[in-house]
Amino acid sequence: MGKYLIIIVSMVLVNNYPLAQFLGICPFLGVSKDKDSATGMGIAVTFVMVLATAVTWPIQQLLNKFGIGYMQTVVFILVIAALVQLIEMFMKKNMVGLYKSLGVYLPLITTNCAVLGVCISNIDSGLNYLEALFNAFGAGVGFLFAMLLMAGVRSKLEDQSRIPKSFRGVPIVLLAAAIMSLSFMGFSGMFS
Amino acid sequence: MENKNKVSILTNGLIKENPVLVLVLGTCPTLATTTSLVNGFGMGISATAVLICSNIVISLLRKIIPDNVRIPCYITVIAGFVTIVQLIVKAFAPALDESLGLYLPLIVVNCIILGRAEMFANKNSVVDSALDGIGMGLGFTLTLCVMGSIRELIGAGTIAGFPVLSRIMPGMSVMTLVPGGFAVYSFIMAFVHYMTEDKSKIRNSFGCSDCAMQDNCVDGSGCANKEVA
Repeated sequence: MGKYLIIIVSMVLVNNYPLAQFLGICPFLGVSKDKDSATGMGIAVTFVMVLATAVTWPIQQLLNKFGIGYMQTVVFILVIAALVQLIEMFMKKNMVGLYKSLGVYLPLITTNCAVLGVCISNIDSGLNYLEALFNAFGAGVGFLFAMLLMAGVRSKLEDQSRIPKSFRGVPIVLLAAAIMSLSFMGFSGMFS
Repeated sequence: MENKNKVSILTNGLIKENPVLVLVLGTCPTLATTTSLVNGFGMGISATAVLICSNIVISLLRKIIPDNVRIPCYITVIAGFVTIVQLIVKAFAPALDESLGLYLPLIVVNCIILGRAEMFANKNSVVDSALDGIGMGLGFTLTLCVMGSIRELIGAGTIAGFPVLSRIMPGMSVMTLVPGGFAVYSFIMAFVHYMTEDKSKIRNSFGCSDCAMQDNCVDGSGCANKEVA
């Protein structure tokens, strides 16, 4: 069990996707303006990451069996796109409450590089099925964590009049992200 | 659109609608692969190749693809070209493949490519789309090269492997790491804002109605075109 705990903690803190690996930057910058949407996006991404890994890992074994492992990119992105569509349809029908709070974030996830990234990197680093699932879960939680921190920072940046004119908008958010990732560097080397 | 000057389509992507600095698309590869000039250039060229090919094919198919399944169709076309580029890079530039790693297959979710398919290629002729692909690709490559040079110069004291500053001072390796990427991106974008501040019409030339992300746009937050206006 300790092994899985280490995987999760290292994905949340050491290899945090937006802050240490540059994956999922677009939603990290785009949807982190307030805490509610950051939470919604984070939970939706975690959910899709785990499901996508659960589906793509066996598919990769199948591709390898037929010797067409190079089709990985094409197959994975189509599977993720179809999966997101299915989740959306399922939620709309059976979980109306959840759909209302998370539904708007689902279409955004197809083009989120963190989801495809976690699927491919699970295969590349040769994890077994259970490890891959925990890895995806950790990556999702790390993403949620970074989103919440960013939303907190951005709520303090609301008053843009104190910021130099050229830095208003995206540049100041990037600068905040730089300082945040600097502090996350402190975790590197924790489990090596 | 028909009478639009061919030259202006080509140069649009370089400065006026620079995908990285003005449209804020494709941020992940921009930050991740600009640790050195060579890496940034490699990423830029790979993405440009995919962008030009997918723009041409999508423009050719624009009357055949039904409107409500267009996004999956675009993704399939793009993924096909990404796989081709991935195999070519693996075969002819294994060192580049090694350093770009995960980000090479991730070109498929690069929002610049899907964005241009949606914003431009499905409305314009093949020649215009190809020119747009070249212009946008060059804009992307140029930005990556500039960022790569700055980060390599300060981080390692070299440019494209040649020692420049490393004779006078040691490199600050934090610049080639994650925080340096965010910081350099921030400063370059602020510089562009500073340069275009007075010419507000440059920003307004690109409205929400043309935006690729408008279906997915939650509240326009984080949208460079809205926020800085």
